Amino acid sequence: MRYLLRRIGFYLIALWASVTLNFLIPRLAPGNPAEILIARFQGRIQPQALQALELQFGITNQPLWQQYLTYLNNTLHGNLGLSITYFPSPVTTMLAQELPWTLGLTFISLLISFILGTFLGALIAWRRGTFLDSLLPPVFSFISAIPQFFLALVLLYVLGFMMGLFPLHGGYDNFVTIGLNPDFIGNVLYHSILPAVTIVVVSLSGWMLGMRNAMVTTLSEDYVLMAQAKGLPESQVMLRYAARNALLPNITGFALSLGFVVSGQLLIEIVFSYPGIGFALLQAVQNSDYALMQGIFLCITIVMLIANFLVDLIYVVLDPRVRQTRS
Amino acid sequence: MPENQKQPEAVRIADTVATDMGTQIDSPLNTGVVGAAAIPGVGTPSPVGGRLRDFWRIVTVNRKVTIGFFIIVFFVLVSIFGPLLVHQDPNALSNETLMPPSAQHWLGTTQTGQDVFAQLVYGTQSSIFWGFLTGVAVTIISLVIGLAAGYFGGVVDDIISLFTNIFILIPGLPLALVLAAFFPFKGLITVSLVIIITGWPWNARVIRAQTLSMRNRDFVESARANGENIWRILFSEILPNEISIIMAGLIGAVISAIVTSVGLQFIGLGKATDVTWGTMLYLAQNGDALFLGAWWWIIPPGLCVAFVAAALSLINYGVDEVANPKLRSEPQPKKVKAKLAAKAEKNEKAVA
Repeated sequence: MRYLLRRIGFYLIALWASVTLNFLIPRLAPGNPAEILIARFQGRIQPQALQALELQFGITNQPLWQQYLTYLNNTLHGNLGLSITYFPSPVTTMLAQELPWTLGLTFISLLISFILGTFLGALIAWRRGTFLDSLLPPVFSFISAIPQFFLALVLLYVLGFMMGLFPLHGGYDNFVTIGLNPDFIGNVLYHSILPAVTIVVVSLSGWMLGMRNAMVTTLSEDYVLMAQAKGLPESQVMLRYAARNALLPNITGFALSLGFVVSGQLLIEIVFSYPGIGFALLQAVQNSDYALMQGIFLCITIVMLIANFLVDLIYVVLDPRVRQTRS
Repeated sequence: MPENQKQPEAVRIADTVATDMGTQIDSPLNTGVVGAAAIPGVGTPSPVGGRLRDFWRIVTVNRKVTIGFFIIVFFVLVSIFGPLLVHQDPNALSNETLMPPSAQHWLGTTQTGQDVFAQLVYGTQSSIFWGFLTGVAVTIISLVIGLAAGYFGGVVDDIISLFTNIFILIPGLPLALVLAAFFPFKGLITVSLVIIITGWPWNARVIRAQTLSMRNRDFVESARANGENIWRILFSEILPNEISIIMAGLIGAVISAIVTSVGLQFIGLGKATDVTWGTMLYLAQNGDALFLGAWWWIIPPGLCVAFVAAALSLINYGVDEVANPKLRSEPQPKKVKAKLAAKAEKNEKAVA
């Protein structure tokens, strides 16, 4: 229990630090959003409106600490300011729209890649020294070294553009009615195949190599030899004796990677113009939409903190050693 | 994610090496090579044979290291001598737009008629140079922070560790992106600075752990008893014994520096007139290169990044295998081979 309390304390400090960072970064840079908005509408907004806009964006000449308190108060109440790109909708509305897309796409593809990679890793460790073992690791290490967005571009070009198998951009076609109807769901799934394949291919090798290396260690254990000596079928020894015990580090890795669910695939979303957080971040950068940028950054950080906290919880449940030493 | 998985391996190497190094405290600090030579399985360097031969043995001891090493040498040579051999301004515009590869333009031309091959050579130079420079800077910062936290312990360690752990939690790429967007000027230095600011925590944590285990070893105690000053203890007693872990960290840092900078420039956070792999990809993507069928514009820079990153990770994996023989793909045991041979013989007989 003391362990958990300490962790909670740490996450609260981390949260405070990232919120403060979020406050400081824009104030270290010159310019403010109101000026940017006016520059963006070149002459269509009267300069006299500057002050009104500044008020709307909450820009004041108060001392920094007062601004900081106002900012903390606003953030606590979920008020992250107004987006410039989608002026005048609030940043929180934008986030609520985009988050489900990113979460759905990356969570499902991570799950697929985790299961597939772990299984392949167990298989090549079991067949160590065979053709499969000498082929898969180098091939997948090379693939995982390719920048994700570049692989996405190539897949988009070959499968989407040249062969016309998949749509070229977006999360769904404009002609389908948005809602929980089979047409829409089918369309969304169709659009998500290519981004999902990219994520799976890119992240597969990490799981595979991790599992292989862990399994190589468990394979030399006595109980595996014992199981073989008893004449158990190969698949049973491989999966229920060796792989089961090698799985633990990979599960931890998976829980940790959930933290990257939002942030890890930003560039892939950008290539496919997928309507998630990454694509919104790109537009925020291109339009100097600082409020949206900060909102997305804060959101990504919070997801990260929650995932790490979950890992701590899982540890307490799964690993009795953590419980015993701490209490 | 890949970063997360690499760290434990690095720690493992460090442990293996550290125990081995306990007997070789006096190995001089020259290059990373000497440290790596102490990895079990490589053998101790011969005193007369010279550094060059030791270096060669390390390069050839593992096939992965050999392949990776030669790919990197190739790219380094291109970045040093390439621009001397290409007599074309990479930014020079011409009327020959979007030409496919030909004898005159080896990799075709861009939408504005620039020669893609010339751009690629110059891009290699700046991407490799800035990648290594940034990687080294990240490593130095994490080294100083890790050494300080591990050696001084107590309150210093508590504060630094808290800071490090917070920075590890804040995702690097989005932070780098936001920072780069807010920077008042754009360019290679901005990208590099942003990567340095966001890239140090993982290595710092690994080095801290290693220093912590090193702090109370006998040789450090004796140095302290001899009244050596702190700088000497840190940098000429402890540091040489962490060389292998630092090298692994350095390689990782260079990979992530190159890939992250290409990513940031691809989004458009670089300066479009700087010729790098990242800006080439950015301009190609913005010029709809793929949908105009201009694969020669967008494929080469991406492949270069992939090759360099793959080569560097091959070196890291290879060193890992040398340090931890369990990971090597074992050749089949003799008995199995004999069995297979007997089987083959039988089959042949059956056929005959």
